Amino acid sequence: MASLGSALLGLAFLAALAAGALAIAGRKGDERLLRLSRRTVYGFCALLTACVVIIEIAFLGDDFSFNIVQQHSSIETPTGYKMAAMWSSQEGSLLLWAFVLSIAASAALYATRNKLRDLVPWATAVMMGVAAFFTGLMLFAPDVDPFATLDPAPVDGVGLNPLLQHPSMMIHPPMLYSGYVAFTVPFAFAIGALVTRRLDAEWIRATRRFALIAWAFLGLGLLLGARWSYTELGWGGYWAWDPVENAALMPWLLGTAFLHSIMVQEKRGMLKVWNASLIVGTFSMALLGTFLVRSGVLQSIHAFGDNTVGPYILGLIGVVLVGSTALIVSRLDDLRSEKRIDSLASRESVFLVNNFLLVGMTAVIFWGTFFPLISELFTGEKASLAAPWFDRYTTPLAILLVLFTGIGPLLAWRRVSWESAKRVFRLPLIAAAVVALALAVFTDAADNLWALALFAFAAFALTGLAQEFWTGTAARKRLSGEPGGQALVGLVSRNRRRYGGYVVHVGIVVLLVGVAASSSFQTNRDVELRPGESTTIDGRTITYVKPTVSVDQEKLGFGALLRVEEDGKVVDTLRPSRQFFRPTGQETGLISTYFAGEATSEVGLRTGLGHDLWVAEQPNVAAVQRGARLADKGFQACVRGEPGTPPQCKALGALMRSAAANPSLRPQAFEQITKLQGLAAENVAKTFLTSNAPSTFKIIVNPLVMWMWIGGIIALAGALIALWPSRGRRRGALVRSEADARKEAKYREIRDAELDHAAGKLSDEDFAALDAELRDEALEILDREPIA
Amino acid sequence: MDPQRKRKIRLVVALSTAVLLAVALIYTSFSASTEAKEPSQLLSATPGTSYEMTGRVVKGSIKRDGAGIAFRVADRDGGGQSLPVTYEGTVPDPFRGGREIVLTGAIASSGVFVGEPETLITKCPSKFTTKSDG
Repeated sequence: MASLGSALLGLAFLAALAAGALAIAGRKGDERLLRLSRRTVYGFCALLTACVVIIEIAFLGDDFSFNIVQQHSSIETPTGYKMAAMWSSQEGSLLLWAFVLSIAASAALYATRNKLRDLVPWATAVMMGVAAFFTGLMLFAPDVDPFATLDPAPVDGVGLNPLLQHPSMMIHPPMLYSGYVAFTVPFAFAIGALVTRRLDAEWIRATRRFALIAWAFLGLGLLLGARWSYTELGWGGYWAWDPVENAALMPWLLGTAFLHSIMVQEKRGMLKVWNASLIVGTFSMALLGTFLVRSGVLQSIHAFGDNTVGPYILGLIGVVLVGSTALIVSRLDDLRSEKRIDSLASRESVFLVNNFLLVGMTAVIFWGTFFPLISELFTGEKASLAAPWFDRYTTPLAILLVLFTGIGPLLAWRRVSWESAKRVFRLPLIAAAVVALALAVFTDAADNLWALALFAFAAFALTGLAQEFWTGTAARKRLSGEPGGQALVGLVSRNRRRYGGYVVHVGIVVLLVGVAASSSFQTNRDVELRPGESTTIDGRTITYVKPTVSVDQEKLGFGALLRVEEDGKVVDTLRPSRQFFRPTGQETGLISTYFAGEATSEVGLRTGLGHDLWVAEQPNVAAVQRGARLADKGFQACVRGEPGTPPQCKALGALMRSAAANPSLRPQAFEQITKLQGLAAENVAKTFLTSNAPSTFKIIVNPLVMWMWIGGIIALAGALIALWPSRGRRRGALVRSEADARKEAKYREIRDAELDHAAGKLSDEDFAALDAELRDEALEILDREPIA
Repeated sequence: MDPQRKRKIRLVVALSTAVLLAVALIYTSFSASTEAKEPSQLLSATPGTSYEMTGRVVKGSIKRDGAGIAFRVADRDGGGQSLPVTYEGTVPDPFRGGREIVLTGAIASSGVFVGEPETLITKCPSKFTTKSDG
């Protein structure tokens, strides 16, 4: 199987090279070559799918002749984690990269198979170049061959690290990777557009969805990682400005900026240099994220050891940056804006501000992340920046972003008259003032002015967005005569991009409210309690009722039963615990090995819309460990048949000695030992119940943190709405010519303007001017269309 | 105002904001950063100055010490003399002997490195390495 896999991988590498070469050869419009190139890309995708299937079969079938399976799985590993174990290895994650890229490239080429004939060959070449790079790494770089074998095959594997055995760890890496990888598509088409000087908005229209998909996947990956950290790592936080976290956040921020500024190019033909640079930056950041996880150049909790592919990825980033910059500079003349910004009070100029804020934030995070290297360069000393430094800059930038998240949707494109501005801003401003005042008077939110500002801006933004939905629905009701609910559904489904985007805005604002509240008004305390004792935190009384113990083959758990009382009433019981795992591959043997492996916290969590109560326990297991050592000594004495040990010992000792000589008795001896050891482990562990040892509890009261997760889910739902194909597209209209696409985009602009006018965002006068302008442009497109 | 001049003013404002942000970044990052040192370098460090220590926890050296823990940390490559460390509060899950940690703190007059609460970072067990580091 492994040799078949290697062969397929080799073929895939050749297919990637061939597809790229064919595309370049057919760049002048040779239909036959281009079709062949596209089909070779599909073939590349099929080959990599086969490679992934072979690896997965090996994992599921415990084929330990595969090095990758032996190192990351074991017979005992649960089935779900066996399937996910592929990407916990370096070679497996490279395979995942290439596999996801092959899917994205095939989808992109399928979607554009009748469009952009001059541009697609170059985009194909770029995507296949990247694909060949990653496939080639697996084939030629040392130690990253996913089909490396072990001879003879071991009987069992090392197993998957218990810390990684968490449901969100199964999907967190593939989500992040899919996000990183999907940015390749808009990048490749941007390069194609630059090479062929086709610098209108066509490449954007063709790949906008891929950028949005990449953005959504990356966001989901970040959210899952935060959730894992919050519930599993036992420190109670969800973000630490760790280099690898930052590396995933940076492309997400740049991607957010890109998704906004491309709208300006689509509608107004402006910001062309900016958009091309942004996508180059985003893609480089995505590669950088892949690189940081692999390289270990920065101190990170994620810095995963061996640096075998880091230098190659760094090389690729260098090629991407230098090549793209040269290309952009050489095309500067073609990248001139078709129009200028009419007015500062317009949606496009708000997009520009939001872009500056997002890029500024990325610059701050980039500087902070790489500061250890920068500082070493200038001072010779490695020095690093901690969370407070990041917070100092990102807090005000995030607060301004919330404000502009609210302002943007309220403004129309091109220009906004003073009258209509007054109309749309009145209610949101009142809401912001009321919320700020109410919070300052009734809560202690005024202790933190940043947080207060954020809450006020959030109220502004949310009211503005609600008003958008309200006036939009009312306008549609007037135009179509539908009843309210139907009008809202009709409004959203006819303008998915716009209203899906608004839903994303709601989600992000809600998420940031959760972040601000939980980081500014958190109560965090470490207390030491003995069974029976209690402590009071933020008006809650928490009582350590009794210790608990759990025992199984692979781990010992020591925990506590905690009673939570609010206002004298028992509201909940929490069961935090700490699990001590045996080192992987040692499921039998001495009891003290339980303390030689990983330990993980099971957090006691009481979730609520208002507050989370979060408790982790650090039990004092010193007495238990002493007991385990004594029991181990006793067991050894027993087996040796030393005087004073019970008679069963002698029998077991005899059995073990005969098993040493006679392999057929081994299973029996093994079973005996496992049974006895299990009983002994249970007895030793149970001493914890009566030891009356004090445990350290880390107790956190986190206000509104639940809204962070809710906001994230809302944002993803919004992205889905925006991505959902519109009715016309679903009805077999997948094959659209460029002219059709351009026409449709123009019609959408006219509809948008009508809606804005009906909703009172555009004054009659502005609307008349804009409408005339748009209709002229639409006629021009129709004129150019060949008569069929 | 004519549009040409307006554009120029906008450009100047945008550029000077960017320059201000850059200067602030550079200035604060050099003043707010803590120097990263390895344990062997810290043995002779000035007491009271805050450092970020990176090193490897010596196996079998972790003991409870009142409400916190005491342990020794050696250089990452294992060479040099190890440094006694105390830390109060709960430790992250992956923390144990043999693991690499990052901890901010200062040397007390007794020669013990006292970690600041909430600054202990334990590196993830390297899930991408094939060697089990025990």
